[in-house]
Amino acid sequence: MMTKQSFGFGCALLSAIGLVTSASAAEQITFVSQGGAYQEAQTVAILDPSAKKLGITINQDSIPDAWPAIKTQVGSGKPIWDVVDTPTGNCLRGGEQGLIEKLDFSKIPNGGAMPESYRSPYSVSYEFYSSVLSYSQKTFPKDAPNSWADFWDVKKFPGRRALRNHPFATLEAALMADGVAPDKLYPLDVDRAFKKLEEIKPAITVWWTSGAQSAQLLNDGEVDMEMAWNGRVSAVAKEGAKVAFTYNQGILQSTSLCILKGAPNLDTAVKFLNEAVDPVHQANLPLQIDYGPGNPKAFETNVIKPERAAQLPSEPANAAKQALMSYAWWSSPAGEAAEKRWASFMQK
Amino acid sequence: MATSVPDPSQKHQRREHGLMLALVSPALLVILALIVLPVGWLAWQSIYHDGFTLENYRRVFTEDIYWRSFALTFEISLAVTVIALLLGYPVAYLANSVPKGWSILILSLVVLPFWTSVLVRAYAWLALLQRTGVINQFLRYLDVISEPLALVHNTFGTVVATVHILLPFMVLPLYATMQKIPGDLMQAGASLGASPSLTFFRVFLPLSLPGVLAGCTMVFVLCLGFYITPELLGGGRTVMVSMLVSRNVELYNQFGAASAVAVVLLLGVLAIFFVVSRFISLDRVLGQK
Repeated sequence: MMTKQSFGFGCALLSAIGLVTSASAAEQITFVSQGGAYQEAQTVAILDPSAKKLGITINQDSIPDAWPAIKTQVGSGKPIWDVVDTPTGNCLRGGEQGLIEKLDFSKIPNGGAMPESYRSPYSVSYEFYSSVLSYSQKTFPKDAPNSWADFWDVKKFPGRRALRNHPFATLEAALMADGVAPDKLYPLDVDRAFKKLEEIKPAITVWWTSGAQSAQLLNDGEVDMEMAWNGRVSAVAKEGAKVAFTYNQGILQSTSLCILKGAPNLDTAVKFLNEAVDPVHQANLPLQIDYGPGNPKAFETNVIKPERAAQLPSEPANAAKQALMSYAWWSSPAGEAAEKRWASFMQK
Repeated sequence: MATSVPDPSQKHQRREHGLMLALVSPALLVILALIVLPVGWLAWQSIYHDGFTLENYRRVFTEDIYWRSFALTFEISLAVTVIALLLGYPVAYLANSVPKGWSILILSLVVLPFWTSVLVRAYAWLALLQRTGVINQFLRYLDVISEPLALVHNTFGTVVATVHILLPFMVLPLYATMQKIPGDLMQAGASLGASPSLTFFRVFLPLSLPGVLAGCTMVFVLCLGFYITPELLGGGRTVMVSMLVSRNVELYNQFGAASAVAVVLLLGVLAIFFVVSRFISLDRVLGQK
């Protein structure tokens, strides 16, 4: 005979099961980006609207460099992240190493509609930024340096210089300084690039390692010109420093969205991936921060005003002046060898 | 007869040992979980990658970039240690020879920077040393220099800031050792007709040497693992070993190579402690008794 207590217990158990199932019915994913103002901008423009539209919960995490975590999480066999926003090279390399899910574009129509150079079997472009030539307007009130050849010309443009302590974009800039056209860079002539870098090395005061450092160098007048990310330069300029940059010969780079192999919420992750590159969400991103949309269709939505579009790295006219970084080349064996060569270049 | 009757004092001692073990076991477990296991895993990573391999160690010992970094790290550590000793010894001596109230004030000033994060102190040095920084501005105002000096973004800036951060580790063991040198000895020396400088060099200095060794070991070893300071103030060229470790992981995704570098550095530190322990008790270095 069923006692009152056991009946009550049974009810509690049933309702507990009910709670569990209803909780799992509300789908969720864990999305990871790089934190800071950039992630806040995405939350307003893309993440919150996507969560609302799809009726899912998006748990956020952030990490400056996702690659080591991707390796260890997938390596452990039980990843906790679903979707990662990371430099496109990580998605490609991860795809080749079996760490990233291959995408079925029939389930991601927004991604499928993007030009081929904006996606890969493992990823879709999420946002664009550019490594640009920036300079102090105090040092160069007029006749500012306007190309990497100018940056290399220490006689015509005397002043202290900084470059990023990383081969990405730096080798491209060296080759452009040596006369290679922006659309003829790949495959990179690595020997030629390092030879050209040796030439400028004595004039480089600082090899910066973080975006914050590059901003500080420019803001404090510690250097007169440097390669920096466009968003960092415009942030410094907004705070009142007399600095500017040119998109001419900038190196257009992107982060992409990709899904960890064996992600705990794979189906929801795919749904989210499609929503996140929706042209309207994408068009809202540059209203929050100085990065360009990953989906070029965003420029056709009329959400971005023409004067705002002109400031963005991936706006078609700006993009035409720049070199589009080939992540496929950088994750190829030749690219990886060039990356390793950087360390010995720096220490000699 | 005596063997059959348990000695009550022995029993008591055993119980005390058991209690002590129980008391330290939580700490030991934390150390095991947070230090021994990860370090073991690290060492394992360096020799195992799809089978046993010494490839990572071969690279560490044969490739240019590795020994350049090790050499630079030892050079910087040596320079920092010598400068910290030259700066720290007089401070400790002064703190030891003034009345108690003054010595507390002096030691507080030495320890005060401890409460500021290393990162903040690195940026403070940047504000002082950079081209548009306080020192260069001042020197230009005085017309001593026409072009700003390169005080930072190089090895010089790294050494200056590192000395600043590590100075307390030199002063405190020196002071602790000096405290234990009986003042009578100096008076005895003086009563026998030795000048103050002679008593210092013949009596005080030799007796303070264990403190010198303890302080130097501490500063040298801590400096070997410095990361943030050279990263922020080294201008990208001052690649110390810890930066090599991080770069191997972040830039080149080579956990094995990074582990091998870390293991070699760890063994180097252990070797230093071993050599030092032949001369003085390690308690002196670590516990600053």
